Amino acid sequence: MLEFAIVVGLVFILAVVLLLVRIQKLVKVVKSKKSGESDEEEVPEGNSTNALILMVFMVVAFVAAAWYSISEFDVYNLPVASEHGKEVETLFWVTMVVTGVIFILTNVLLFYFSYKYQYKKDKKALYYPDNTKLEVAWTIVPAIVLTLLVIWGLKTWNDMMGKTPDNAEVVEIMGYQFAWAARYPGSDNKLGSYDFRLIDPVNIYGLDFTDRAAFDDFTPREIHIPVNHPILFKIRARDVLHSVFAPHFRLKMDAVPGMPTQFWFVPTKTTAEMREELGNPEFNYEIACTEVCGRGHFSMRMLVVVEPMEEYKKWKAEQNSWLSKNPEYLAKVPEKLRPLALLKTGVEESSVTVK
Amino acid sequence: MSVTDLHSNTELDNQSHGDDHGHEHKESFISKYIFSMDHKMIAKQYMFTAMFWAIVGGLLSVVFRLQLGFPDADLIWLKPFLGKWISETGQLDPEFYLAMVTMHGTIMVFFVLTGGLSGTFSNFLIPLQIGARDMASPFMNMLSYWLFFVSGVIMFVSFFIPDGPAAGGWVAYPPLSALSEALAGSGGGMTLWLIAMVFFIASTLMAGINYISTVINMRTKGMSFSKLPLTIWALFLTAAIGLLSFPVLFSAALLLVFDRGFGTSFYLSDIYIAGEALTNVGGSPVLYQHLFWFLGHPEVYIVLLPALGMTSEIIATNARKPIFGYRAMIGSMLGIAILSFVVWAHHMFVSGLNPFLGSVFMILTLIIAVPSAVKVFNYLTTLWKGNIRFTPAMLFSIGLVSFFISGGLTGIFLGNSALDVPLHDTYFVVAHFHLVMGSASFFGLLAGIYHWFPKMFGRMMNNKLGYIHFWATFIGIYLIFFPMHYLGISLFPRRYYSFTNFDAFSTMGDLNSFISIAAFLTVAAQFIFLYNFFHSLYWGKKASTNPWKSNTLEWTTPVLPGHGNWPGAIPTVYRWPYDYSKPGAKDDFIPQTVPYSATTESNLPHENEMLDERTAGGIDDDVKKREEEQK
Repeated sequence: MLEFAIVVGLVFILAVVLLLVRIQKLVKVVKSKKSGESDEEEVPEGNSTNALILMVFMVVAFVAAAWYSISEFDVYNLPVASEHGKEVETLFWVTMVVTGVIFILTNVLLFYFSYKYQYKKDKKALYYPDNTKLEVAWTIVPAIVLTLLVIWGLKTWNDMMGKTPDNAEVVEIMGYQFAWAARYPGSDNKLGSYDFRLIDPVNIYGLDFTDRAAFDDFTPREIHIPVNHPILFKIRARDVLHSVFAPHFRLKMDAVPGMPTQFWFVPTKTTAEMREELGNPEFNYEIACTEVCGRGHFSMRMLVVVEPMEEYKKWKAEQNSWLSKNPEYLAKVPEKLRPLALLKTGVEESSVTVK
Repeated sequence: MSVTDLHSNTELDNQSHGDDHGHEHKESFISKYIFSMDHKMIAKQYMFTAMFWAIVGGLLSVVFRLQLGFPDADLIWLKPFLGKWISETGQLDPEFYLAMVTMHGTIMVFFVLTGGLSGTFSNFLIPLQIGARDMASPFMNMLSYWLFFVSGVIMFVSFFIPDGPAAGGWVAYPPLSALSEALAGSGGGMTLWLIAMVFFIASTLMAGINYISTVINMRTKGMSFSKLPLTIWALFLTAAIGLLSFPVLFSAALLLVFDRGFGTSFYLSDIYIAGEALTNVGGSPVLYQHLFWFLGHPEVYIVLLPALGMTSEIIATNARKPIFGYRAMIGSMLGIAILSFVVWAHHMFVSGLNPFLGSVFMILTLIIAVPSAVKVFNYLTTLWKGNIRFTPAMLFSIGLVSFFISGGLTGIFLGNSALDVPLHDTYFVVAHFHLVMGSASFFGLLAGIYHWFPKMFGRMMNNKLGYIHFWATFIGIYLIFFPMHYLGISLFPRRYYSFTNFDAFSTMGDLNSFISIAAFLTVAAQFIFLYNFFHSLYWGKKASTNPWKSNTLEWTTPVLPGHGNWPGAIPTVYRWPYDYSKPGAKDDFIPQTVPYSATTESNLPHENEMLDERTAGGIDDDVKKREEEQK
């Protein structure tokens, strides 16, 4: 990589030096000729040099880009680990091929024409103001290509954004300055309701204990999800905009205060599989923030563990509910729901001090 | 002659005081250089102001590229300049990093590429190329500049207040930008940012109204819309887009001001911050995004269209060929201008927008690629079989076309909502818009300065320095932004102070260093330009009347046009501006002021027919009379 930097840097400096030398020579040539001819310059000094450098630049740039793209592919291409991610990846590389062809074709024409049709003394440019057929052709061809890309894109988009399967495991992710917090619905598979007015330094989620569904909600430090099973992230934010970004799952959705959002997906590789595949025992799936949210924007990291269903179920069963870890909040549970809350959390009634 | 005379329409102007304009104006220093109402001086004021801002914006990028390329570097040597924003251990403050990114974006988009590009060249070229003595309202034109200036002063002051300048990104999304608890820069810095933007919007609107009315009402005789140079078409459409979209930004900013200062809840809801729940409910941060991008996306074309228009002109002149597909060029600019209003939500695919709306905006967005493609093909065909002179302006124009292609194509990825999900807010986006909007427009600006410098200052810029400047900048920009695509494909998020916290983003540190070095070299190369510019201003070779052998009207004025532009009557226009290398013609260019009757040897069949009809019907008498008057 560093060699690449040095090579390109040298080419860069070389090109400039080459240009300087050529110009100096041309100046001398012109000066030695003296002002025998008309003093009105037809063409700037160094015209052909510039034409030549345009060609050289094009060739060097294409070679460098191709070399880096091929040799460093594994470095810059992030592995995919979700079903829709694979679809997106295919579409991405198809688009890359289509645009790549246009990119090379048009840039080659641009630099080649500039070189080929550089000023020549006894030549006259072709008076060619329009050609309707040509113009219609190059309106329609891009339109067709784009239509195909649009159709493919719409299909992928609809697959991603389509209806969430009923059996999806639900995980709530809340963004706040500057971390993510996760919440699972517990054994009743229902997330309890929340209210931002109930937030305090302990109850950072604003859990509302008048809702019985909140009693068994648990809040782990890491997100665990089962592999090959639909997962629904329910996303919200507590203070400013954040954006849930899980690069390996090709997943991104803004977290908006006051407007819950969501994103569902199917992870396809467990953390262990990924570690093996990459030969990196340290590998972890990560969630980052991609909507600027302040000082700590670059450090909102959360780990995601993808594991087989059995392990996931085992892990889930081991989790203690938030309420059982913070029994003082049993006091916020309405009188008639309290027995249920005690049952669900397994807390002794005597430990609850009712105000 | 007083300035108010300039309001009279050109027709009257020609008859009543044809020769009046030759005399010297006795003007004080203040009325000539400061509160000037001459469009050429106002253009220069815009240009110098934009140059100042470009230096500030460029230096900001140097500092944050230092941080990104060399996160462990000891920046204690910057302490004398940045003070408390550099810690005792020589680390840049993360919030100041965000502030610099924010200000770099704001400055470059609004002050350099809107004020500098459109402000300079609309003011300079519209009256000169359409054949008018000045703008429709010179006084409003002056006000427009001074509002721009005030806006700049306020923005500049915000760097020096204790909390630092605005830091929530140039898009200033609430709630981050609304709550000073969330970010220090959202306090006083954001207030000043909003005030500056209000002045800026007012300035843009006054300027836009002026540009539009001047183009519509003050074209010289014969200058029909179908004979307008593409530059004017582009500047005209730019002004129209600005006039329709900037008021929406104003409303977005105003509601943000209300939320910040008056307890309203347009954008705020369900917020718990700094240990307490705010009372705001019912607002939506997404509403701001809609309003912002309703300007924000057209803004892309506000900065790009003038560059495309000017380079069309420069490429035709220096290829010695008519621009290929003049009508298609106008058509595609119109298409881009209209479509630019219905694509804004492609910035919001992952904002929580209804996925169906995402589909709609994806289709509309990809449609806009068609007129853009047409423009590229027309540029290429213009070069084909030309006889190209590589002036620095021409090289910068060719560079623009290359950037427009390279950056435009990545728009096809980002406009596709499915692909935008991973790519959104990554370096892929940064690379995309810096090439297609930033660098392309910047090259348009530089091409324009190189090309019209002789008309502005009566002297030529140095070609050799121009070439060195071009090659260093062109290669440098590709070395910065091409590698950035690889960071984007690796999904590196933008606006990150450092990438060390994530395993996924820890792979490409050396590429980031490489980009930073390229950025330093590129910024350094701009000083070659500054030297060339200021040196040529005083000591450059004296320019001739029409140094590029160009067809447009500005080259029929004296080398340094005075107040009123033409000493005699305003010339009449007979033909389109692209009669270069016409077969049979004596020279390889025929200025717009040459009637068809004078070029029978080179007229196309339909032009001769038209000429016959006119002579037969006596329509030409009027033309002849005017020619005699001119003699």
